Formats: sequence, structure tokens, C-alpha cells
Amino acid sequence: MTRLRPEDVDLTTVLADAHLDNPVMTASGCAASGRELHQFFDVAELGAVVTKSIMRDPRSGRATPRMAETPSGMLNSIGLQGPGIDSFLATDLPWLLQRDARPIVSIAGGSLGEYAELARRVGNTPGVAAIEVNISCPNVENRGLVFACDPFQAARVLAVVRRDTPRGVPVFAKLSPDVTSIVEVAAAVMEAGADGLVLINTLLGLHIDPATLRPSLGGVTGGLSGPAVKPVALRAVWQATQALPSVPVIGVGGIRTGADALEFLAAGASAVQVGTAIFNDPGAPVRVIRELRQELAARGIAKVSEVVGRAHPSLHPPSP
Amino acid sequence: MTPVSAEATTPRGPLQVEGEVFSIKRVGDYFHLTVVADGIAERARPGSFVALSVGGPISGALLRRAFSIYRVRPAGVYGGTVEIVFAAHGPGTTWMAQLSPHDPVNVVGPLGHPFAQPLEPVSCALVGGGYGSAPLFALAERLRERKCAVHMVLGAATESRLFGTLEAKRAAQSVTVTTVDGSVGIKGLVTDPLPALMTRNGIEVVYSCGPMGMLRAVTEVATAHGAWSQTAVEESMACGIGVCMTCVVPVVGDDNVTRMVRSCVDGPVFAGDRVRWDDIGTVPAGTHGAPRPGRPR
Repeated sequence: MTRLRPEDVDLTTVLADAHLDNPVMTASGCAASGRELHQFFDVAELGAVVTKSIMRDPRSGRATPRMAETPSGMLNSIGLQGPGIDSFLATDLPWLLQRDARPIVSIAGGSLGEYAELARRVGNTPGVAAIEVNISCPNVENRGLVFACDPFQAARVLAVVRRDTPRGVPVFAKLSPDVTSIVEVAAAVMEAGADGLVLINTLLGLHIDPATLRPSLGGVTGGLSGPAVKPVALRAVWQATQALPSVPVIGVGGIRTGADALEFLAAGASAVQVGTAIFNDPGAPVRVIRELRQELAARGIAKVSEVVGRAHPSLHPPSP
Repeated sequence: MTPVSAEATTPRGPLQVEGEVFSIKRVGDYFHLTVVADGIAERARPGSFVALSVGGPISGALLRRAFSIYRVRPAGVYGGTVEIVFAAHGPGTTWMAQLSPHDPVNVVGPLGHPFAQPLEPVSCALVGGGYGSAPLFALAERLRERKCAVHMVLGAATESRLFGTLEAKRAAQSVTVTTVDGSVGIKGLVTDPLPALMTRNGIEVVYSCGPMGMLRAVTEVATAHGAWSQTAVEESMACGIGVCMTCVVPVVGDDNVTRMVRSCVDGPVFAGDRVRWDDIGTVPAGTHGAPRPGRPR
């Protein structure tokens, strides 16, 4: 038997109606709209570029300090700073499409009406690979507005977005791990019409400034990300795919290497997103693609789809 | 107001380079680190910065540390080098202080919007607080090439926290030193001798780098004298390349609208009179996209 070469591994990935060259994406909020990272690698090499969540109106975000370093991670409290949908559709999205990138547009709203408007305007733009619905950003003034904390509210948002997004453009719900049962929320959004899940958003955290003994962040609390949250994210992917085996899941949380990505695929994710690792290594997303090829080749796995869900004994009984 | 233009820059854009420590030296309370990192020197401009990863490749400290570039040397016998000056005040910089020659260091740079330079040969004051003086020496050299008069003011809490006072004597027509404790030079702040120095030398542009409070005070003096000011801000950053949105400061645009702008890509050098110094750490009312009163967000 000849050894499998990394370049011969088939990384093509299907997520609902989205067909991607490989399963590695940027995570929303860690890559802006791709332009800055294009200085370090060609954004068209990625399976998809997931853009920073866009809202209907321009948004200033929260006061500084907006970040605090934590063990193997960080807290952020940006507050969805962004230019608003008009500017995004006029400049950021065309820029990505001109470079043959595959954009997955993350949308965030304060009301069902806003989500609906964003879904219509983004979904009707040719070239958008999918919509990611951010219902789980912890950095909003009113924590009650985190739709993903309530299965009923989460389902209402996804129903509206699915209704107003053209067929053929898959809609993914990005969920928060800060809930009693992520499976319950996952089931609710799938029932409401979502085409898949993105697991997970950041976890709500706090950092105390040792000098002042007061919270470090301007927004007091922030979202925890980075390798520190990887076990939580893997657990969420595992639980969701165990309960809902046919649902396409995109895994995100602490992925820094190809080996990390492989763990998420084994746990049941069909694709992965690289986020906070970009701040450490701007080339991380393309490095993860390269390393994932090597990890799969070293195990003699010729197609990435063959490894998805391997960790589930009930779904993949060991061969006799 | 003096017409000022940024230089044409070729080649452009930052690189990510797996560099190697060439030397590390103690200088007063600071460390002077020289890293072999090819390609950065040719792209660097006075005021641009580099972002270093800390703790090695499996480090749990993920965020890069940003430092103004002190000096660069294009590729020669040893390959191109980039030099920075830092204080070991946290776990990341303490790790850096323990680096030895030949240790690997990952460098991203040069980053940021550099100091704009005058087209006319005008008189300039360069004001540095602590190791904030580091990027001013390369700037002084460029300004002298443009036949500008260069006057430096270096200040710190105490003598061991001054950086480059000897080098300043070679770089500038005049050097003024201040320390808060009076251990050397004038006892007080950089802004104490600045007004008289500006009047005496007909200063038209004031460049500054140091803590926010100093930049604000220097800008006030410059503006009061009708001079143009260029300030290099120091806001904490996670990425340094413009994707994380953590390093924002409120800055007034040409359209008179305040925006929360990234100090890593839109700065670190800003026209001092455009920065809303009193409002740093807030989102001032009326800022583009700020929450409006009575409207739930």
C-alpha cells in the first residue's frame, strides 16, 4: 500500500447547500471582512470567510478597555462595532467576491425585524455561501437580548431568517454554550428551519484588574475565547451531533492547529472555524488547512468527510 | 499649518517572520532587543511598529505585544534586523527580557500608520516619554535629511527611565531632559520646558510618543502655539493587524464626525488635535454608531 500524500487528501466539504473546497473558515469577529488577513495569505484559499457580525445600522461598540488576556485565551468586549449593512454591502462584500473568496455573512440584530431585513439583503446578494445568524453575542447591553439563551426566542429568530433568505442559501445558527441544555436550543432552531449549527460563541467571563481590584473591561463582562474554551466547544459539538446526527455542524472554539480541527471533526463537526488563534498567528487559518491535510494523510484517511463523527461510538461502531 | 505628506512606501504591507534574537541588552530600566527578521527593515517607516508573540510556539499567552520600532537595518552580513525597546512590566515582557541570542521570536510587521513628515524644511520638536523616545531617533534622521531643524525633549519619572539621551545629542540640534524627581535635567514634566522651546525655535510640528496623558498635554501645548502635532498612541491591542477591534480610540474625522478608530491600522500615529483625549475609555455621545438616548440597543 502506498502512503497517502497530504496533497491527495480530499478536503471538499458539503454543508447543507454550501459546497466548500475545504472545511476551514475564519470565525466571525476574528477576521473583520478578510481584507487585513489578505496581506498574509490569499483569502480564497479558505473554505469560507465568515465576516464580523453585521448589523443594520452603524455601531460604535463599547468603551475601552475591550480585551483582557486570560490563561490560554482572552476576554473581549467589543460590542459588535461595525459599519452597518449599507456600507458592508457596498464595500466589504464586493471586495471578498472579487477575490473569489467564499463569504459566509454573519448577521446580528436587536429585533426580529432587523434580522429579517438583514437576511433579505444579504441573502439576495449573489455569491454569499451561507448566512450565519449570531444570536449569541454576549456583549450586548441587555443580556436578555441574547436570543440563544432561550430556545423559544432563538427559534423565532431562525424562523424569520429562514423565511426571508432565498432558498439555496443555507442558514446557520450560532449558539451560546452559556445555557443549561445546548441540545434543547439546537433542536429548537433546527425545528424552526435552520440548516445547521455553529458551535460555539464565546462564554461570558470576567477579569479583575489586580491593581484596581475592579473589572478590567469597559463593558465589565466579556466573551471568553481561545484554547481555554476548546473542551467546552468539543462537548457542545458532541452533544448536538449525538442528539441530532443528521444536522451539519460547524465547530469553533480554541482551534489553533490541524490536530485541534481533527478533534472537532471527530466529535461530529463537518467544518471548523479558526478565531482567536489568528490574533497570535495571522496565518493560522491556512496553516490549519495544511496541518489538517497532514493529520488525515498520516492516518490514511483519504476524504475529510470520512472522519466526521468518528468519536461517536453509537454512530460509528468500531469495525469488527 | 504645514503641508505634510506620508512617504511613498515600497515594498508595502506587513510580513510575518520567524526571527531570531541577535542581541538583548539592559538599558537603564529597559531592554533593547535586536531581532534578525528579514524584510521588515525595508518596509519600516518612523512610527510604525512590530507585534511579537511571547512565550514560544505552545504559549498560553496568545496575544501579541506591540512595540514601536526603534531602529532597523536592512539585510547585511546578518540579514535584516529590527530593534525595539521595552520594559518588563508583565508576564509577556518578562519572558522577552529572558531571551538569549539565537532564540526564535515571531515578528509581525511593520504595522500601522507612520509619522507624517513635512514637505518644507521646518523646525520640529520631538517629545518622548520614557521609552516612548525609541521611535523618535529614526524620525529625527529623516527630518534632518529633509533639512528640518530637530529639537528633542525627553522626559521620565527618573533618570533610569529615560531612553536615548546620549543618542539624542547626535540626533538633534538641542536636547532637553526632564525628570519628575529631578534626578537629571529639569525637575518636572516634558510640557514644562516645551512652550519656551517652541517659541525660541519657531517650532511648527511637534511629534510625540509616550503615555496618553503626556500626548494629551503635548498636543495642548502644540495647539496653543499654532503648531501641528503628530502623536503615537499606546492602546492595548490583541492582534495589531486590524481584525480584533480592541485598540480603538475616539478620533474626529475630516467630516467632523467622531469615530472609534483602530489605533493599530488607522494609527498609532494620529494628528494630536483629532484625538478626543478627554474621552478615551468612553464612547462619546454623538460618535458614529453610538447608542442614542432613549433607544434600546
